[in-house]
Amino acid sequence: MTLLWLILIPFIGGLLCWQGERYGGMAPRWIALATMLIELLITLGLWFQGEYHLPGAGTASDAVRWSMEWQVPWIPRFGISVHLALDGLSLVLIALTGFLGMLAVLCSWNEIVKRVGFFHLNLLWILGGVVGVFLSIDLFLFFFFWEMMLVPMYFLIALWGHSGSEGRTRIRAATKFFIYTQASGLLMLVSILGLVFAHHANTGEYSFEYATLMQTPLSDNVAMWLMLGFFVAFAVKLPVVPVHGWLPDAHAQAPTAGSVDLAGILLKTAAYGMLRFALPLFPEASQAFAPVAMTLGLIGIFYGAVLACGQQDVKRLIAYTSIAHMGFVLIGIYAGTELALQGVVLMMVAHAFSAAGLFILSGQLYERLFTRDMREMGGLWGRTGSLPGFSLCFVAASLGMPGTANFLGEFLILFGSFPVAPWTVAIASFGFLLAAVYALLLMQRVYFGPPKAEGLFADLDRREYLMMLSLLGLVLLFGLYPQPLLDTTSAAMGEVERLFTAVSQSSTLLTGAP
Amino acid sequence: MTLTATHLLALAPLILVCATAIVVMLGIAWRRHHTGSAIVTVVGLNLALLSLFGVWQLAPLETPMLAIDGLAILAAALILIAALACATLAHAYLEQFDDQREEFYLLLLCSTAGGLVLSASTHLATLFFGLELVSMPLYGMLAYTYRARRSLEAGIKYLVLSAAATTFLLFGMALLYAETGHLDIAGLVDSAAGGIGAWGLAGAALVIVGLGFKLSVVPFHLWTPDVYEGGPGPATTFLASASKVAVFAVLLRLVMSAPAFQSDWLHGVLAVLAVVTMLVGNLLAVTQSNLKRLLGYSSIAHFGYLLTALVIGEGLSIEATGVYLVTYMLTTLGAFGVVTLISSPYSGEDAAALHHYRGLFWRRPYLTAVLTITMLSMAGIPFTAGFIGKFYIIALGVEAGRWWLVGAVIVGSAIGLYYYLRVMVTLYLAEAGMQRRDAPENWAIQAGGVMVLGAAVLVILLGIYPAPMIDWVRVMSSAMLGVG
Repeated sequence: MTLLWLILIPFIGGLLCWQGERYGGMAPRWIALATMLIELLITLGLWFQGEYHLPGAGTASDAVRWSMEWQVPWIPRFGISVHLALDGLSLVLIALTGFLGMLAVLCSWNEIVKRVGFFHLNLLWILGGVVGVFLSIDLFLFFFFWEMMLVPMYFLIALWGHSGSEGRTRIRAATKFFIYTQASGLLMLVSILGLVFAHHANTGEYSFEYATLMQTPLSDNVAMWLMLGFFVAFAVKLPVVPVHGWLPDAHAQAPTAGSVDLAGILLKTAAYGMLRFALPLFPEASQAFAPVAMTLGLIGIFYGAVLACGQQDVKRLIAYTSIAHMGFVLIGIYAGTELALQGVVLMMVAHAFSAAGLFILSGQLYERLFTRDMREMGGLWGRTGSLPGFSLCFVAASLGMPGTANFLGEFLILFGSFPVAPWTVAIASFGFLLAAVYALLLMQRVYFGPPKAEGLFADLDRREYLMMLSLLGLVLLFGLYPQPLLDTTSAAMGEVERLFTAVSQSSTLLTGAP
Repeated sequence: MTLTATHLLALAPLILVCATAIVVMLGIAWRRHHTGSAIVTVVGLNLALLSLFGVWQLAPLETPMLAIDGLAILAAALILIAALACATLAHAYLEQFDDQREEFYLLLLCSTAGGLVLSASTHLATLFFGLELVSMPLYGMLAYTYRARRSLEAGIKYLVLSAAATTFLLFGMALLYAETGHLDIAGLVDSAAGGIGAWGLAGAALVIVGLGFKLSVVPFHLWTPDVYEGGPGPATTFLASASKVAVFAVLLRLVMSAPAFQSDWLHGVLAVLAVVTMLVGNLLAVTQSNLKRLLGYSSIAHFGYLLTALVIGEGLSIEATGVYLVTYMLTTLGAFGVVTLISSPYSGEDAAALHHYRGLFWRRPYLTAVLTITMLSMAGIPFTAGFIGKFYIIALGVEAGRWWLVGAVIVGSAIGLYYYLRVMVTLYLAEAGMQRRDAPENWAIQAGGVMVLGAAVLVILLGIYPAPMIDWVRVMSSAMLGVG
């Protein structure tokens, strides 16, 4: 039941926020903050109590093991059930969701002044949907949450976003985001159904169960097509380069909380989807597809970094750096060694912190300067209190400075991928160079150079200080001592690696023949 | 054959609806009373709906002209619910109407009776009779607020084009009769067992043209936006829900049981029609700035999705059709219900331009929530019933391996998202100085408001927990006659 509550708490909290607005504008904020705090505390409680060092793979059976599980029938006609399960990977990501959820509430404390209750309803429902995605292992349920979380995100961008220059209205950005993700999601639905009917043809039973569908023998051709359906849906969300068009617009137009959620959590659902579904369900096809995926990752690294250098809008710049970072994640995922996969997890967490930090900082800049255009900034060092200092830290994290979690993530990914794809790794390493370029460009244009205007701006207040300090603390903590995180996810990642690399060694594991 | 008490009982819903129509007519002759007529109508329709439980015990039962089977009962239930919703909406809508108000219920009841006949017909004569009985009162309903030019135009447009379609239908029936010498579907099946000639095929195609017109399948869709836009709210609601359900039920029965409709050639034509209907409906909806026209085009697209069930015609087909019809009808009732409620207190044209709805959320949050839910449901987003419908259609396509159809559904949905989102976001954008129209203050406690809220709640409930609906539709579709 705990797992169900993890999903329900944000939804209920959202409704309370909506109704709480009649008690004034502050009520929804406190309710939302309390909701996410409860969510985070429950997750941390599970972390300290639960056992995530699962017995090594291959000791007993091929069945997937979970630390917690909860299941009730839902639509018996198709063998669909509400099946929630938790392992180390989902636990880490849910904790991340809870933490970033709190930050999202905090960073919109002063930014959002209109329709506060409805705003927090949408914010919490996104988070509820994301938690649902991380917990469901029934494919129908997974798709259900996957699509559902787009709706509140759409509202968040469309109603509270910033309208940029001509032709870049927030509604346009929101619609673009929605259509991209929804249409690709339908491709995934087709793939899910294809898998289910393949299973039905074999056994005569309908099932959307993760563990059951993993056993479905598929011909190479079919597996490839079905895998592509999943891959496209995840690639759009990650985003991978040819299908990334929605991301810069959505980020630039979204309110700060929306950007934090988008970069911090929503992008991670895609990586999670690949780790949890695309690879384990179609190991051979994924193995065959890996070179293509890695090439796409490489393109993403350079494309994102080069375009980031040319941006004038702070948030667009950060958005493009996300594309570059997700390129590393994609390479790590399709390298499939345990080391690389662990790096992917660390990278996901680190990127969530650093991107969230940068987005919150640009939100704070906007609250002081009322612009995000870097041409109108410059010379802000010393005039905005401790804001530039924090910026420097997060920029350093973003470029992968040793000591930050980002460095470890990227290092592990490259180190782990090298045995599999040495040339890819060699080329990808040059991505660091570009990362340094865009990171320093950001610092230079915003904080140094000739000042565009005189006068001091307000220093960070206690709320802002607290947010920044906690983020920075976590970046450094996982940068210096990542072992607890790696321990938690090692079993889950080991499982993915076992499934993925077993392809070349034996084929009985794949078809699940006893 | 002799008509026994069992048969009478099986026809009870039809008889009750007809009796109600007569009572309403006599009531009008005796003394005009708007609320009174509405109450009699609602009571009659409710009784008919209740009698379906009794009829279910008798099913399946076949008479020479009508089949009382699962499909008929399913369709009857949907039609009666839609008619009930329209009656409640009409009461709210016509309250301020400064002309004779009571005849609307009479027309509504007649049309409902036609729908019941049509969906149960197993004979081309009853098919024709039912279809005309659905359409004739609709002409009157659409032109009911005839002082508004649009309404009159809608009525006449529908009359003329519908008459043209009817001639196609009749000619098709004549060809089928000439080829086989039978008018009942069972006879058609038997005599065509050895293969069917060119004339028979032509006849079948013409029948599909006639029915396709009523369903506004592309290329017979040209009337739809104008009629939807011009007709008064409750009439459009009925046209979009009950009449389409009835026509689709009979089309399903024809295609599933008669071999003339199962030739590859005809299936190919149907498949092309389905794809074209989905794409054209969705593409044309994109540019609309009038909510009723937009809903008209979107209904075209939805019947395109539904046609895939006919094209595939095996496996999950009947179940998928049933589920889709249920979800489509609930959604349509909700959406048109809101439009009607917003329009109701005003004489003149309905409030349908999108800018009438700007910022509605900040004045009528719950009503807007209803419209949002219905838009999401039409777009097929999870947590709404529409998703379950779309899930079935895609599942059907994937199971049969019809990738072109699946692809068209996906492309259509993606285009559809664009305009549904446009409507949705309009509701939440507040701008000063916009022309505003509003529902009355107490809309939620009136019958129409309760109906609309109920539809929205059902859309959500069935979206979250669809198992009862699926079970119900399965039971119904398993009790269908003449499919094998």
